[in-house]
Amino acid sequence: MIEIISAVVIIVGVLFVVIGAVGLLRLPDFYIRISAITKAATVGVACIMIGVAFYFNEISMAFKAFAVILFLLITSPIAAHIIGKAAYNSGVPLWKKTEINEYEEYKKSKPNPEESENASPGKSESDNVI
Amino acid sequence: MSNWFEIVLIIALILLSFSIVLVFIRILLGPSLPDRVISFDLIGTTTIGMIAIYSIITGVESYMDAAIILSLVMFLGAIAFAYYMNKNHKS
Repeated sequence: MIEIISAVVIIVGVLFVVIGAVGLLRLPDFYIRISAITKAATVGVACIMIGVAFYFNEISMAFKAFAVILFLLITSPIAAHIIGKAAYNSGVPLWKKTEINEYEEYKKSKPNPEESENASPGKSESDNVI
Repeated sequence: MSNWFEIVLIIALILLSFSIVLVFIRILLGPSLPDRVISFDLIGTTTIGMIAIYSIITGVESYMDAAIILSLVMFLGAIAFAYYMNKNHKS
């Protein structure tokens, strides 16, 4: 019985990861791709870990599996956010059908911090590392 | 471990390897540097799943520790690449 539950959950997780990989290959834009893989691959690996925890049926393995899920759920959105922001600032183009660009409006509404940094590039680099 | 469960696990490993091949095509094609960075991130995430399934097949529980460490190191790699891109853009 435990093996049936574990096999079903693992196969569901593997299908999520495969769908994420196909999305990374097929989607048209960098920002759409990063959205696809951040959601799909995180949920897929979380499902695989739940299957592993079911199969071993011990408290120590359950803690290890949930530690992996916790780290992934914390770190994956942060990494996607930071890489997306760095990519936008370094000029990766948007898809041509993209209509809403709220980050550009946000950057226009704020007083531009880039110019004051360019005045003294050596000093302010450590202030905004990320 | 019953026989059909081992076959299911091997099929899962084959599907994960297939997805790594697909991601590798994106690394070869990828028009910009961030595409390659997130492809590398997805390869690491897939490897965590492969390690977990492999620890079921062999029955060695210590492989899960490698999965925990890998899930932390992948985050550091992504942050380092983002820092490199920011710095490259400013100069």
